[in-house]
Amino acid sequence: MRDVAVIGVGLTKFGELWDKSFRQLIAEAGSKAIFDAGVSGNEIDAMYIGSMSSGRFIGQEHIGALVADASGFSQLHIPATRVEGACASGGLAMREGYLSIASGMNDIVVVGGIEKMNDVGGNFATETLATAADQEWEAFFGVTFPGLYAMIAMRHMHEYGTTKEQLAQVAVKNHANGILNPYAQYQRKITLEQALNATMVAYPLGLMDCSPVTDGAASVILCAAEKTKKFTDKPVKIIASGQGSDTLALHSRRDICTLDATVHAAKMAYKQANLKSSNIDLAEVHDCFTIAEICAIEDLGFVEKGQGGKAVENKITTLDGSLPVNTSGGLKSKGHPVGATGVAQIVEITQQLRGEAEKRQVKDARIGLAHNIGGSGATCTVHILEAV
Amino acid sequence: MDGGVARFWREIPQRYNLIGNKCESCKRVFFPPRESCPHCRRKSMGKMEDIKLSGSGEIITYTIIHVGPEAFEEQVPYPIAIIKLDEGPHITAQIVDCNIDDVKIGMKVQSTFRKIQEDGYVGAIYYGYKFKPLR
Ligand SMILES: [Zn+2]
Repeated sequence: MRDVAVIGVGLTKFGELWDKSFRQLIAEAGSKAIFDAGVSGNEIDAMYIGSMSSGRFIGQEHIGALVADASGFSQLHIPATRVEGACASGGLAMREGYLSIASGMNDIVVVGGIEKMNDVGGNFATETLATAADQEWEAFFGVTFPGLYAMIAMRHMHEYGTTKEQLAQVAVKNHANGILNPYAQYQRKITLEQALNATMVAYPLGLMDCSPVTDGAASVILCAAEKTKKFTDKPVKIIASGQGSDTLALHSRRDICTLDATVHAAKMAYKQANLKSSNIDLAEVHDCFTIAEICAIEDLGFVEKGQGGKAVENKITTLDGSLPVNTSGGLKSKGHPVGATGVAQIVEITQQLRGEAEKRQVKDARIGLAHNIGGSGATCTVHILEAV
Repeated sequence: MDGGVARFWREIPQRYNLIGNKCESCKRVFFPPRESCPHCRRKSMGKMEDIKLSGSGEIITYTIIHVGPEAFEEQVPYPIAIIKLDEGPHITAQIVDCNIDDVKIGMKVQSTFRKIQEDGYVGAIYYGYKFKPLR
Protein backbone atom coordinates (compact mmCIF):
# COMPACT_ATOMS: atom_id res chain seq x y z
CA MET A 1 0.00 0.00 0.00
CA ARG A 2 1.27 3.43 -0.95
CA ASP A 3 0.65 6.58 1.05
CA VAL A 4 -1.83 8.99 -0.49
CA ALA A 5 -2.20 12.75 -0.01
CA VAL A 6 -4.69 15.48 -0.83
CA ILE A 7 -3.00 18.09 -3.03
CA GLY A 8 -5.95 20.22 -4.08
CA VAL A 9 -9.47 21.10 -3.01
CA GLY A 10 -12.41 22.88 -4.58
CA LEU A 11 -15.91 23.77 -3.48
CA THR A 12 -18.88 25.57 -4.97
CA LYS A 13 -21.10 27.79 -2.90
CA PHE A 14 -23.75 25.60 -1.22
CA GLY A 15 -27.39 26.66 -1.36
CA GLU A 16 -30.40 27.03 -3.63
CA LEU A 17 -28.46 27.66 -6.82
CA TRP A 18 -31.23 28.28 -9.34
CA ASP A 19 -28.93 29.67 -12.03
CA LYS A 20 -26.40 26.82 -11.91
CA SER A 21 -26.79 23.45 -13.60
CA PHE A 22 -25.48 20.08 -12.44
CA ARG A 23 -22.74 20.28 -15.09
CA GLN A 24 -21.70 23.80 -14.14
CA LEU A 25 -21.49 22.91 -10.45
CA ILE A 26 -19.29 19.85 -10.84
CA ALA A 27 -17.08 21.58 -13.42
CA GLU A 28 -16.63 24.52 -11.06
CA ALA A 29 -15.66 22.41 -8.05
CA GLY A 30 -13.42 20.20 -10.17
CA SER A 31 -11.58 23.02 -11.88
CA LYS A 32 -11.03 24.83 -8.58
CA ALA A 33 -9.45 21.67 -7.16
CA ILE A 34 -7.36 21.09 -10.28
CA PHE A 35 -6.05 24.67 -10.25
CA ASP A 36 -5.43 24.44 -6.50
CA ALA A 37 -3.33 21.31 -7.07
CA GLY A 38 -1.68 22.61 -10.23
CA VAL A 39 -2.20 19.38 -12.12
CA SER A 40 -3.00 19.24 -15.81
CA GLY A 41 -5.58 17.04 -17.51
CA ASN A 42 -3.14 14.57 -18.97
CA GLU A 43 -1.70 13.82 -15.53
CA ILE A 44 -5.07 12.64 -14.22
CA ASP A 45 -5.37 8.84 -14.14
CA ALA A 46 -8.98 8.49 -13.05
CA MET A 47 -12.08 10.22 -11.68
CA TYR A 48 -14.47 8.99 -9.00
CA ILE A 49 -17.77 10.82 -8.57
CA GLY A 50 -20.17 10.48 -5.66
CA SER A 51 -23.82 11.22 -6.40
CA MET A 52 -26.76 9.75 -4.54
CA SER A 53 -29.63 10.14 -6.92
CA SER A 54 -28.97 12.21 -10.02
CA GLY A 55 -31.49 9.90 -11.70
CA ARG A 56 -34.33 11.24 -9.57
CA PHE A 57 -33.04 14.75 -8.97
CA ILE A 58 -32.21 15.67 -12.57
CA GLY A 59 -33.37 12.60 -14.49
CA GLN A 60 -29.82 11.79 -15.50
CA GLU A 61 -27.78 8.69 -14.76
CA HIS A 62 -24.38 7.80 -16.28
CA ILE A 63 -22.79 10.51 -14.18
CA GLY A 64 -19.19 9.31 -14.34
CA ALA A 65 -18.80 10.00 -18.04
CA LEU A 66 -20.97 13.11 -17.84
CA VAL A 67 -18.70 14.64 -15.22
CA ALA A 68 -15.54 13.87 -17.21
CA ASP A 69 -17.22 15.39 -20.25
CA ALA A 70 -18.48 18.49 -18.40
CA SER A 71 -15.01 18.97 -16.92
CA GLY A 72 -13.50 19.20 -20.38
CA PHE A 73 -11.80 15.81 -20.42
CA SER A 74 -13.72 14.10 -23.23
CA GLN A 75 -10.67 14.11 -25.50
CA LEU A 76 -8.49 12.49 -22.82
CA HIS A 77 -10.86 9.52 -22.27
CA ILE A 78 -10.06 9.45 -18.55
CA PRO A 79 -11.63 6.49 -16.70
CA ALA A 80 -14.57 8.01 -14.80
CA THR A 81 -16.72 6.08 -12.34
CA ARG A 82 -19.79 7.10 -10.38
CA VAL A 83 -20.11 5.71 -6.85
CA GLU A 84 -23.34 5.52 -4.86
CA GLY A 85 -24.05 4.93 -1.17
CA ALA A 86 -26.89 7.35 -0.46
CA CYS A 87 -25.63 10.33 1.58
CA ALA A 88 -22.27 8.56 1.92
CA SER A 89 -21.69 8.58 -1.85
CA GLY A 90 -19.02 11.29 -1.51
CA GLY A 91 -17.16 9.42 1.23
CA LEU A 92 -17.26 6.28 -0.89
CA ALA A 93 -15.88 8.13 -3.94
CA MET A 94 -13.11 9.44 -1.72
CA ARG A 95 -12.30 5.93 -0.52
CA GLU A 96 -12.35 4.47 -4.05
CA GLY A 97 -9.96 7.20 -5.20
CA TYR A 98 -7.73 6.58 -2.21
CA LEU A 99 -7.68 2.80 -2.77
CA SER A 100 -6.89 3.16 -6.45
CA ILE A 101 -3.74 5.15 -5.63
CA ALA A 102 -2.78 3.12 -2.56
CA SER A 103 -2.94 -0.01 -4.71
CA GLY A 104 -0.40 1.43 -7.13
CA MET A 105 -2.78 1.48 -10.06
CA ASN A 106 -3.16 5.27 -10.25
CA ASP A 107 -0.93 8.21 -9.31
CA ILE A 108 -3.33 11.15 -9.54
CA VAL A 109 -7.08 10.97 -9.13
CA VAL A 110 -9.90 13.51 -9.12
CA VAL A 111 -12.60 12.83 -6.55
CA GLY A 112 -15.87 14.69 -6.95
CA GLY A 113 -19.18 14.80 -5.15
CA ILE A 114 -22.36 16.48 -6.28
CA GLU A 115 -26.07 16.77 -5.78
CA LYS A 116 -28.42 19.14 -7.58
CA MET A 117 -31.50 18.84 -5.38
CA ASN A 118 -33.53 21.96 -6.09
CA ASP A 119 -34.54 21.15 -9.66
CA VAL A 120 -37.38 19.06 -8.20
CA GLY A 121 -40.11 20.04 -5.74
CA GLY A 122 -39.74 19.68 -1.97
CA ASN A 123 -41.97 16.61 -1.73
CA PHE A 124 -40.12 14.81 -4.46
CA ALA A 125 -36.78 15.71 -2.87
CA THR A 126 -37.95 14.34 0.48
CA GLU A 127 -39.14 11.12 -1.12
CA THR A 128 -35.87 10.79 -2.99
CA LEU A 129 -33.93 11.06 0.26
CA ALA A 130 -36.23 8.39 1.70
CA THR A 131 -34.99 5.95 -0.95
CA ALA A 132 -31.91 5.63 1.28
CA ALA A 133 -34.20 3.88 3.76
CA ASP A 134 -35.70 0.41 3.26
CA GLN A 135 -38.48 1.05 0.74
CA GLU A 136 -40.37 -2.19 1.33
CA TRP A 137 -40.24 -2.41 5.13
CA GLU A 138 -39.84 1.17 6.33
CA ALA A 139 -40.95 3.78 3.79
CA PHE A 140 -43.95 1.72 2.59
CA PHE A 141 -45.45 1.98 6.08
CA GLY A 142 -45.23 5.78 6.19
CA VAL A 143 -41.98 6.47 7.98
CA THR A 144 -40.00 9.40 6.60
CA PHE A 145 -36.25 9.86 6.65
CA PRO A 146 -36.45 12.42 9.49
CA GLY A 147 -38.81 9.95 11.18
CA LEU A 148 -36.07 7.32 11.33
CA TYR A 149 -33.62 9.70 13.01
CA ALA A 150 -36.45 10.87 15.27
CA MET A 151 -36.83 7.27 16.45
CA ILE A 152 -33.09 7.13 17.17
CA ALA A 153 -33.48 10.37 19.13
CA MET A 154 -36.47 9.10 21.14
CA ARG A 155 -34.60 5.96 22.15
CA HIS A 156 -31.48 8.01 22.99
CA MET A 157 -33.56 10.32 25.18
CA HIS A 158 -35.20 7.30 26.83
CA GLU A 159 -31.98 5.43 27.54
CA TYR A 160 -29.56 8.23 28.31
CA GLY A 161 -31.66 11.22 29.30
CA THR A 162 -30.61 13.23 26.26
CA THR A 163 -32.77 16.34 25.99
CA LYS A 164 -34.40 18.28 23.19
CA GLU A 165 -32.29 21.26 24.34
CA GLN A 166 -29.10 19.29 23.77
CA LEU A 167 -30.29 18.39 20.26
CA ALA A 168 -31.01 22.06 19.61
CA GLN A 169 -27.56 23.03 20.86
CA VAL A 170 -26.01 21.01 18.03
CA ALA A 171 -27.88 23.18 15.53
CA VAL A 172 -27.02 26.40 17.35
CA LYS A 173 -23.32 25.48 17.38
CA ASN A 174 -23.23 24.45 13.73
CA HIS A 175 -24.97 27.65 12.66
CA ALA A 176 -22.44 29.63 14.70
CA ASN A 177 -19.68 27.91 12.69
CA GLY A 178 -21.53 28.36 9.42
CA ILE A 179 -21.52 32.13 9.88
CA LEU A 180 -17.74 31.92 9.42
CA ASN A 181 -17.92 29.84 6.24
CA PRO A 182 -18.53 31.88 3.08
CA TYR A 183 -19.49 28.70 1.19
CA ALA A 184 -22.23 27.74 3.66
CA GLN A 185 -25.90 27.75 2.67
CA TYR A 186 -26.83 29.60 5.87
CA GLN A 187 -24.57 32.22 7.36
CA ARG A 188 -27.04 33.04 10.05
CA LYS A 189 -27.00 32.71 13.80
CA ILE A 190 -29.91 30.84 15.35
CA THR A 191 -30.88 30.93 19.01
CA LEU A 192 -31.74 28.00 21.24
CA GLU A 193 -35.31 29.30 21.42
CA GLN A 194 -35.62 29.44 17.64
CA ALA A 195 -34.30 25.91 17.35
CA LEU A 196 -36.64 24.61 20.04
CA ASN A 197 -39.70 26.38 18.67
CA ALA A 198 -39.21 25.48 15.02
CA THR A 199 -41.97 23.70 13.08
CA MET A 200 -42.19 20.06 14.10
CA VAL A 201 -41.11 17.58 11.40
CA ALA A 202 -40.99 14.25 13.21
CA TYR A 203 -41.16 14.47 16.98
CA PRO A 204 -38.81 15.25 18.67
CA LEU A 205 -37.06 16.68 15.59
CA GLY A 206 -38.12 20.11 14.40
CA LEU A 207 -37.07 21.93 11.26
CA MET A 208 -33.91 23.23 12.98
CA ASP A 209 -32.86 19.66 13.78
CA CYS A 210 -32.80 18.82 10.07
CA SER A 211 -30.22 19.57 7.40
CA PRO A 212 -31.61 21.43 4.39
CA VAL A 213 -32.09 20.58 0.72
CA THR A 214 -29.00 21.90 -1.04
CA ASP A 215 -27.32 22.24 -4.42
CA GLY A 216 -23.55 22.00 -4.43
CA ALA A 217 -20.42 20.20 -5.48
CA ALA A 218 -17.02 19.48 -3.98
CA SER A 219 -13.79 18.07 -5.35
CA VAL A 220 -10.38 16.98 -4.11
CA ILE A 221 -7.28 15.91 -5.98
CA LEU A 222 -5.50 12.86 -4.57
CA CYS A 223 -1.89 12.03 -5.36
CA ALA A 224 0.57 9.28 -4.44
CA ALA A 225 2.46 10.77 -1.46
CA GLU A 226 5.82 10.13 -3.13
CA LYS A 227 4.83 12.36 -6.05
CA THR A 228 3.32 15.40 -4.29
CA LYS A 229 6.51 17.56 -4.33
CA LYS A 230 5.92 18.64 -7.88
CA PHE A 231 2.54 20.12 -6.96
CA THR A 232 2.50 21.42 -3.40
CA ASP A 233 4.58 22.02 -0.31
CA LYS A 234 1.49 21.50 1.85
CA PRO A 235 0.24 18.00 1.09
CA VAL A 236 -2.27 16.60 3.56
CA LYS A 237 -1.76 12.90 4.07
CA ILE A 238 -4.66 10.47 4.26
CA ILE A 239 -3.48 8.26 7.10
CA ALA A 240 -6.57 6.06 7.25
CA SER A 241 -9.66 5.10 5.31
CA GLY A 242 -12.37 3.01 6.99
CA GLN A 243 -15.75 1.83 5.83
CA GLY A 244 -18.59 -0.15 7.36
CA SER A 245 -22.06 -1.38 6.53
CA ASP A 246 -25.13 -2.42 8.48
CA THR A 247 -28.74 -3.46 7.89
CA LEU A 248 -30.61 -1.15 5.54
CA ALA A 249 -33.57 -0.92 7.94
CA LEU A 250 -33.07 0.85 11.25
CA HIS A 251 -35.32 -1.63 13.07
CA SER A 252 -33.02 -4.57 12.30
CA ARG A 253 -29.96 -3.07 14.00
CA ARG A 254 -28.33 -4.51 17.11
CA ASP A 255 -28.98 -1.24 18.96
CA ILE A 256 -31.20 1.62 17.76
CA CYS A 257 -28.87 4.29 19.25
CA THR A 258 -25.56 2.94 17.98
CA LEU A 259 -24.51 3.13 14.35
CA ASP A 260 -22.42 -0.02 14.20
CA ALA A 261 -21.29 0.93 10.68
CA THR A 262 -19.61 3.97 12.25
CA VAL A 263 -18.11 1.89 15.05
CA HIS A 264 -16.70 -0.54 12.47
CA ALA A 265 -15.37 2.14 10.09
CA ALA A 266 -13.80 4.06 12.98
CA LYS A 267 -12.14 0.95 14.38
CA MET A 268 -10.71 0.18 10.96
CA ALA A 269 -9.45 3.75 10.56
CA TYR A 270 -7.91 4.10 14.04
CA LYS A 271 -6.14 0.79 13.53
CA GLN A 272 -4.71 1.80 10.18
CA ALA A 273 -3.57 5.18 11.50
CA ASN A 274 -2.37 3.60 14.75
CA LEU A 275 -4.23 6.31 16.65
CA LYS A 276 -6.83 6.65 19.36
CA SER A 277 -9.88 8.86 19.20
CA SER A 278 -8.12 11.16 21.69
CA ASN A 279 -5.46 11.94 19.05
CA ILE A 280 -7.99 13.63 16.77
CA ASP A 281 -7.80 17.46 16.80
CA LEU A 282 -11.04 18.15 14.92
CA ALA A 283 -13.77 16.28 13.12
CA GLU A 284 -16.37 16.80 10.42
CA VAL A 285 -19.21 14.42 11.28
CA HIS A 286 -22.44 13.58 9.49
CA ASP A 287 -25.06 15.77 11.20
CA CYS A 288 -27.90 15.20 8.74
CA PHE A 289 -30.00 15.56 11.90
CA THR A 290 -28.88 16.93 15.27
CA ILE A 291 -29.20 13.50 16.90
CA ALA A 292 -26.84 12.11 14.24
CA GLU A 293 -24.02 14.35 15.48
CA ILE A 294 -24.60 13.18 19.05
CA CYS A 295 -24.50 9.52 17.97
CA ALA A 296 -21.45 10.20 15.79
CA ILE A 297 -19.27 11.65 18.54
CA GLU A 298 -20.19 8.64 20.68
CA ASP A 299 -19.70 5.99 18.01
CA LEU A 300 -16.39 7.54 16.90
CA GLY A 301 -15.21 7.13 20.49
CA PHE A 302 -14.82 10.82 21.37
CA VAL A 303 -17.19 10.42 24.31
CA GLU A 304 -18.79 7.42 25.98
CA LYS A 305 -22.07 6.01 24.66
CA GLY A 306 -24.89 8.14 25.97
CA GLN A 307 -22.69 11.14 26.82
CA GLY A 308 -23.00 12.90 23.45
CA GLY A 309 -25.77 15.24 24.55
CA LYS A 310 -23.85 16.24 27.67
CA ALA A 311 -20.70 16.82 25.61
CA VAL A 312 -22.57 19.24 23.38
CA GLU A 313 -24.10 20.98 26.38
CA ASN A 314 -20.65 21.31 27.95
CA LYS A 315 -19.41 22.95 24.74
CA ILE A 316 -16.67 20.40 24.13
CA THR A 317 -17.46 20.44 20.40
CA THR A 318 -17.57 24.20 19.77
CA LEU A 319 -14.92 25.93 17.66
CA ASP A 320 -12.90 26.76 20.78
CA GLY A 321 -13.75 23.51 22.59
CA SER A 322 -11.37 20.63 23.20
CA LEU A 323 -12.70 18.78 20.12
CA PRO A 324 -14.17 21.13 17.52
CA VAL A 325 -16.83 19.28 15.51
CA ASN A 326 -18.21 20.53 12.20
CA THR A 327 -16.18 23.71 11.97
CA SER A 328 -17.55 24.12 8.43
CA GLY A 329 -21.07 24.52 9.81
CA GLY A 330 -21.79 20.86 9.23
CA LEU A 331 -24.61 19.55 7.11
CA LYS A 332 -27.05 21.66 9.13
CA SER A 333 -25.62 25.07 8.29
CA LYS A 334 -23.19 24.53 5.44
CA GLY A 335 -25.90 22.54 3.65
CA HIS A 336 -26.22 18.92 2.56
CA PRO A 337 -26.02 18.30 -1.19
CA VAL A 338 -25.98 14.60 -0.35
CA GLY A 339 -23.44 13.25 -2.86
CA ALA A 340 -21.13 16.23 -2.28
CA THR A 341 -21.12 16.08 1.51
CA GLY A 342 -18.48 13.39 2.04
CA VAL A 343 -16.08 15.19 -0.29
CA ALA A 344 -16.84 18.63 1.17
CA GLN A 345 -15.89 17.26 4.60
CA ILE A 346 -12.45 16.37 3.20
CA VAL A 347 -12.18 19.89 1.78
CA GLU A 348 -12.84 21.40 5.22
CA ILE A 349 -10.40 19.10 7.02
CA THR A 350 -7.73 19.78 4.39
CA GLN A 351 -8.17 23.55 4.71
CA GLN A 352 -7.98 23.29 8.49
CA LEU A 353 -4.81 21.17 8.37
CA ARG A 354 -3.21 23.55 5.88
CA GLY A 355 -4.05 26.44 8.20
CA GLU A 356 -6.28 27.99 5.54
CA ALA A 357 -9.64 27.92 7.33
CA GLU A 358 -9.54 31.66 8.03
CA LYS A 359 -12.01 32.68 10.75
CA ARG A 360 -12.86 29.03 11.42
CA GLN A 361 -9.24 28.00 11.90
CA VAL A 362 -8.67 25.53 14.73
CA LYS A 363 -5.36 26.37 16.40
CA ASP A 364 -2.56 23.83 15.91
CA ALA A 365 -4.82 21.45 14.00
CA ARG A 366 -2.70 18.52 12.92
CA ILE A 367 -4.99 15.50 12.68
CA GLY A 368 -8.57 15.67 11.40
CA LEU A 369 -11.31 13.09 10.90
CA ALA A 370 -14.17 13.01 8.38
CA HIS A 371 -17.25 10.86 9.03
CA ASN A 372 -19.87 10.31 6.34
CA ILE A 373 -23.11 8.33 6.75
CA GLY A 374 -25.49 6.85 4.20
CA GLY A 375 -29.17 6.42 5.06
CA SER A 376 -29.99 5.90 8.72
CA GLY A 377 -26.57 4.29 9.18
CA ALA A 378 -26.30 1.41 6.71
CA THR A 379 -23.11 2.85 5.16
CA CYS A 380 -20.31 4.77 6.82
CA THR A 381 -16.89 6.01 5.80
CA VAL A 382 -14.25 7.43 8.13
CA HIS A 383 -11.13 9.15 6.84
CA ILE A 384 -8.29 10.48 8.95
CA LEU A 385 -6.01 13.17 7.53
CA GLU A 386 -2.75 14.53 8.84
CA ALA A 387 -0.83 17.71 8.09
CA VAL A 388 2.63 16.78 6.80
CA MET B 1 -44.94 4.06 -3.86
CA ASP B 2 -44.42 3.48 -7.55
CA GLY B 3 -43.93 0.12 -9.17
CA GLY B 4 -45.95 -2.65 -10.71
CA VAL B 5 -48.62 -4.62 -8.90
CA ALA B 6 -46.28 -7.63 -8.67
CA ARG B 7 -43.92 -5.68 -6.44
CA PHE B 8 -46.68 -5.45 -3.86
CA TRP B 9 -48.36 -8.75 -4.57
CA ARG B 10 -45.27 -10.84 -3.85
CA GLU B 11 -45.02 -9.37 -0.34
CA ILE B 12 -48.63 -10.21 0.56
CA PRO B 13 -47.84 -13.18 2.86
CA GLN B 14 -45.58 -10.98 4.99
CA ARG B 15 -47.72 -7.86 4.96
CA TYR B 16 -51.11 -9.54 5.41
CA ASN B 17 -50.20 -12.44 7.66
CA LEU B 18 -46.83 -11.56 9.24
CA ILE B 19 -45.05 -14.55 7.76
CA GLY B 20 -41.42 -14.45 8.87
CA ASN B 21 -38.90 -17.24 9.02
CA LYS B 22 -36.76 -19.05 11.54
CA CYS B 23 -33.17 -20.23 11.31
CA GLU B 24 -33.26 -23.89 12.29
CA SER B 25 -29.57 -23.65 13.16
CA CYS B 26 -29.73 -20.94 15.86
CA LYS B 27 -33.54 -20.64 16.26
CA ARG B 28 -33.51 -16.89 15.62
CA VAL B 29 -36.66 -15.54 13.97
CA PHE B 30 -36.62 -12.97 11.16
CA PHE B 31 -39.12 -10.59 9.68
CA PRO B 32 -39.34 -10.10 6.77
CA PRO B 33 -38.07 -13.59 5.89
CA ARG B 34 -34.37 -13.74 5.01
CA GLU B 35 -32.66 -15.95 2.47
CA SER B 36 -30.04 -16.83 5.07
CA CYS B 37 -29.34 -16.14 8.73
CA PRO B 38 -26.76 -13.37 9.24
CA HIS B 39 -25.49 -15.13 12.36
CA CYS B 40 -25.15 -18.66 10.91
CA ARG B 41 -24.70 -17.72 7.24
CA ARG B 42 -23.87 -20.91 5.24
CA LYS B 43 -25.00 -23.20 8.07
CA SER B 44 -28.49 -21.74 7.67
CA MET B 45 -28.77 -22.28 3.91
CA GLY B 46 -31.80 -24.47 3.23
CA LYS B 47 -32.72 -24.38 6.90
CA MET B 48 -34.84 -21.24 6.96
CA GLU B 49 -38.41 -22.27 7.87
CA ASP B 50 -41.44 -20.02 7.42
CA ILE B 51 -43.22 -19.08 10.62
CA LYS B 52 -46.36 -17.03 11.28
CA LEU B 53 -45.72 -14.37 13.89
CA SER B 54 -48.21 -13.63 16.65
CA GLY B 55 -48.21 -9.89 15.99
CA SER B 56 -47.88 -9.08 19.64
CA GLY B 57 -45.00 -6.99 20.87
CA GLU B 58 -43.71 -3.89 22.59
CA ILE B 59 -42.78 -0.40 21.35
CA ILE B 60 -39.05 0.20 21.69
CA THR B 61 -39.06 3.64 20.06
CA TYR B 62 -41.46 5.86 18.15
CA THR B 63 -41.96 9.23 16.52
CA ILE B 64 -44.89 11.39 15.56
CA ILE B 65 -44.70 12.22 11.86
CA HIS B 66 -45.78 15.82 11.27
CA VAL B 67 -44.48 16.18 7.71
CA GLY B 68 -45.48 13.04 5.85
CA PRO B 69 -44.88 11.55 2.43
CA GLU B 70 -47.53 12.45 -0.15
CA ALA B 71 -49.41 9.18 0.28
CA PHE B 72 -49.75 9.82 4.01
CA GLU B 73 -50.25 13.61 3.96
CA GLU B 74 -53.90 13.43 5.02
CA GLN B 75 -53.04 11.39 8.10
CA VAL B 76 -50.55 13.75 9.79
CA PRO B 77 -49.75 13.88 12.62
CA TYR B 78 -49.46 10.10 13.03
CA PRO B 79 -47.31 7.87 15.23
CA ILE B 80 -44.83 5.37 13.80
CA ALA B 81 -42.94 2.95 15.98
CA ILE B 82 -40.34 0.24 15.98
CA ILE B 83 -41.92 -2.73 17.71
CA LYS B 84 -40.09 -5.69 19.20
CA LEU B 85 -42.29 -8.68 18.42
CA ASP B 86 -42.58 -11.42 21.04
CA GLU B 87 -40.74 -13.84 18.73
CA GLY B 88 -37.76 -11.45 18.50
CA PRO B 89 -37.80 -9.52 15.22
CA HIS B 90 -38.25 -5.75 15.13
CA ILE B 91 -40.73 -4.16 12.77
CA THR B 92 -41.62 -0.58 11.72
CA ALA B 93 -45.32 0.29 11.61
CA GLN B 94 -47.96 2.90 12.35
CA ILE B 95 -49.66 2.89 15.74
CA VAL B 96 -53.45 3.32 15.51
CA ASP B 97 -56.61 3.27 17.61
CA CYS B 98 -55.22 5.46 20.37
CA ASN B 99 -54.43 9.10 21.13
CA ILE B 100 -51.06 10.28 19.90
CA ASP B 101 -50.18 11.28 23.46
CA ASP B 102 -50.77 7.75 24.70
CA VAL B 103 -47.98 6.23 22.60
CA LYS B 104 -45.06 5.39 24.86
CA ILE B 105 -41.87 3.35 24.81
CA GLY B 106 -42.64 0.04 26.52
CA MET B 107 -46.29 0.04 25.43
CA LYS B 108 -47.67 -3.41 24.53
CA VAL B 109 -49.22 -3.55 21.08
CA GLN B 110 -50.94 -6.01 18.75
CA SER B 111 -50.92 -6.07 14.95
CA THR B 112 -54.05 -5.26 13.00
CA PHE B 113 -54.84 -5.54 9.28
CA ARG B 114 -55.33 -2.13 7.66
CA LYS B 115 -55.14 -0.14 4.46
CA ILE B 116 -51.65 1.36 4.20
CA GLN B 117 -51.77 3.44 1.01
CA GLU B 118 -53.16 3.56 -2.50
CA ASP B 119 -51.69 4.03 -5.94
CA GLY B 120 -53.55 7.22 -6.91
CA TYR B 121 -57.34 7.22 -7.61
CA VAL B 122 -57.40 4.29 -10.01
CA GLY B 123 -54.46 2.14 -8.93
CA ALA B 124 -54.23 -0.70 -6.45
CA ILE B 125 -54.97 -0.26 -2.75
CA TYR B 126 -52.16 -1.56 -0.61
CA TYR B 127 -52.96 -3.29 2.67
CA GLY B 128 -50.71 -4.44 5.48
CA TYR B 129 -50.12 -4.30 9.21
CA LYS B 130 -50.47 -1.50 11.70
CA PHE B 131 -50.38 -1.92 15.47
CA LYS B 132 -52.89 -0.97 18.15
CA PRO B 133 -52.59 -0.90 21.94
CA LEU B 134 -53.11 -4.27 23.60
CA ARG B 135 -56.00 -3.88 26.00
ZN1 LIG C 1 -28.93 -18.68 12.61
